[in-house]
Amino acid sequence: MTALQKKAHNPIAHLTEQDVTDLGLELDALREQIIASRGASDAAYIRKVITFQRRLELVSRGILLFSLFPPAWIAGTTGLSISKILENMEIGHNVMHGQWDWMRDPKIHSTSWEWDLASPSAMWKHSHNQIHHTFTNVLGRDNDLGYGIMRVDEDQRWSPFFLGQPLWNFLNACLFEYGIAAYDLEIGKVLKGRKDKALFRTELKAVWAKVKRQATRDYIVHPLLSGPSALSTLAANVTANLVRNLWTHSVIMCGHFPSGIETFTKHSIDGETRGEWYLRQMLGAGNISGGPSTHMLTGNLSFQIEHHLYPDMPSNKYAEIAPQVQALFERYGLTYTTGPLLKQLGSAWAQVVRLSLPNDFFAHAGSAVATAPTTLVRKMTRGEQRSELPAAA
Amino acid sequence: MSPSAPAVLGRLRARTLRLAELVATPLVPADYIDLFDPLRSGADLRGRLVAVRPETRDSATLVIRPGRGWLPHVPGQYVRIGVDVDGVRLWRAYSVTSPLDEPGGHITVTVKAIPGGVVSNHLVHHARPGTVLQLDQATGEFVLPTTAPTKILFITAGSGITPVMGMLRNAVHELDDVVLVHSAPTEADVIFRREIRALAATGRIRLVEKHTDRDGMVDVDELARLVPDLAERESWACGPTGMLDVLEQHFADQGLADRLHTERFRPAVFVTGEGGTVTFDRTDTTVEADGATPILDAGEAAGVLMPSGCRMGICFGCVVPLRSGAVRDLRDGAVTTAAEGDGVLVQTCISAAAGPCHIDV
Ligand SMILES: Cc1cc2nc3c(=O)[nH]c(=O)nc-3n(C[C@H](O)[C@H](O)[C@H](O)COP(=O)(O)OP(=O)(O)OC[C@H]3O[C@@H](n4cnc5c(N)ncnc54)[C@H](O)[C@@H]3O)c2cc1C
Ligand code: FES
Repeated sequence: MTALQKKAHNPIAHLTEQDVTDLGLELDALREQIIASRGASDAAYIRKVITFQRRLELVSRGILLFSLFPPAWIAGTTGLSISKILENMEIGHNVMHGQWDWMRDPKIHSTSWEWDLASPSAMWKHSHNQIHHTFTNVLGRDNDLGYGIMRVDEDQRWSPFFLGQPLWNFLNACLFEYGIAAYDLEIGKVLKGRKDKALFRTELKAVWAKVKRQATRDYIVHPLLSGPSALSTLAANVTANLVRNLWTHSVIMCGHFPSGIETFTKHSIDGETRGEWYLRQMLGAGNISGGPSTHMLTGNLSFQIEHHLYPDMPSNKYAEIAPQVQALFERYGLTYTTGPLLKQLGSAWAQVVRLSLPNDFFAHAGSAVATAPTTLVRKMTRGEQRSELPAAA
Repeated sequence: MSPSAPAVLGRLRARTLRLAELVATPLVPADYIDLFDPLRSGADLRGRLVAVRPETRDSATLVIRPGRGWLPHVPGQYVRIGVDVDGVRLWRAYSVTSPLDEPGGHITVTVKAIPGGVVSNHLVHHARPGTVLQLDQATGEFVLPTTAPTKILFITAGSGITPVMGMLRNAVHELDDVVLVHSAPTEADVIFRREIRALAATGRIRLVEKHTDRDGMVDVDELARLVPDLAERESWACGPTGMLDVLEQHFADQGLADRLHTERFRPAVFVTGEGGTVTFDRTDTTVEADGATPILDAGEAAGVLMPSGCRMGICFGCVVPLRSGAVRDLRDGAVTTAAEGDGVLVQTCISAAAGPCHIDV
């Protein structure tokens, strides 16, 4: 990942200071327009999703009491996986962003929500909302950029350790909920001795307590309640958590890692204006195209760009503003990165693999590619993406 | 000695509850049960709107079936109702107008739509039967004493009749001598007109009905004329601020201040001008903040440990309850107000004082 500031071709070079100010004003105006339009139908929407998810979970877990019968196992596991995905993405992630705080319903509020994931809400909100959303794609500040174990920047020194990063990334995907917890604990900082020990111990206790409760529920209580179906229910719950982990990890990789998305050097954001902040969000995120069910199951993070512009806007509004945002990109000559899930995911994985190798690996091996050197450099730098590890969205 | 049956049952209950909690974590069992029975006992107090009965052109009575956790009110008390208007939960107080033995265990409140009033207009004109409302237990001091005085005077105006109607409906047959002086702009605006006239016709009460558009406001001299034995009566008054201020002054002048009980419907008016005194209740710190300083900064400058995060309005790491007063959203100038007990959550990093306010930190 080559930071935008170091690229041969700077994709925002054509914008004047005034352009950036205007862009900020336009985006502020759009925000106001949507915020003012929030109303009863939006409130009804989130309540409907929550009700649906809870019913689906109840029914799925009910069916799993008889998971010894293969059809019950399949139906129950499918239902539970979908329920967990909805709970984490469209509900938990978005509620904790404060997207629904305007309803003033204490039960659907960022300060009171606890989600079905290993990481306690309070810790996740800190690392996600405050660090990731504030420092989006800033190398060395957005901890989501590779988080110590991944090489995400071409300028980052290569070592043989990184040869394993496709494997690390895959393992992280499988165990994603624990990856997020470890990430929120800032294990990397702890190892380097840069984190307050007492704070770390308190947080570790909180995480451990939550992990225990979650695991007891999925891996002990519900299986035992299933009586003779105990083992198959255990397998079903493990599967549902695995499906959820793989899915959420994939969605999040698509948000910041596919080619076309930019990163920024550490000090490029010093004294950043509102317009420049917006611009960074526009360039630092990518969407997933698809139908309503894709959007629902990704928690509308398929509108990652819109989400990064307005993290606290109700998720059901992103689809509504996407055409306006896209038009804005066009008018200001910027690239609106989007594509189908599999394409974006493939692109993101290609970055992980490419950066696991030394920079010049392809240059040497790729002389067969008959492209002008400058185009090649551009291709590569444009491809630079940061590795989105846990908890980015 | 073997443990008693209730003790065993108690322990069994506690264990079942613990198991249910394990099954439901990270939610609580109630979150799932609420899907099916939001009015059960033990749930947060709610009520279902059963019917909306128009009273006058701008008022209506709401018939509510309260959840099973509802405790009987004392006539004259009010209930706080939380209703979602345009998706936003808003709480307002309404006096209970039903007697204790209302059929079906229902309660009623009677709402007058005031011009520009968000909740009152919604309830009178747009509320749909079937809607679930949030409730608090009834509360309030505007009630008759356990042994009712022999001579009573009620002075009401407009929707101020509501708590008095609650008392009359419940116990008028137990009261010996009741005078009701009620004012409304016109005859058609008199809420419960037929009912109070019927009470007067059967001699239960003496009714003085004033139509202020024609007769003008009842002043204290007229009141003295209308109710010559005013000094012998225990009085309850409810109506517009101006009327109550005048009455309180008059009763005080006569040395009768303790014979007058009043109920005010309007919250204190908030000054939403320049800035104001911010009080951080838990840390007992008070600062003067101008209208441009985020409360977060003001608190921190005063040494209050404020929760914070991005400091730019996106992370909600700084959200704390505004207990009372008014704050202005620095981004769009929208003013959020809270009355004592509301605990409206506000983002301190983008909110400035818009008058005196109390923050729950
Ligand atoms: C203890 C108590 C009992 C109450 N019982 C009743 C009752 O039985 N029936 C009933 O109809 N109301 C009752 N109220 C008043 C009720 O709680 C609301 O204040 C009222 O319905 C207005 O709310 P709103 O949302 O419509 O107005 P808002 O949108 O809050 O206010 C709109 C405008 O009207 C002004 N305003 C607010 N309240 C009043 C008022 N009462 N009269 C004139 N202007 C006002 C505001 O300052 C504002 O400018 C009671 C209030 C209290 C405190
Ligand atoms: S500190 Fe971020 S919203 Fe207030």
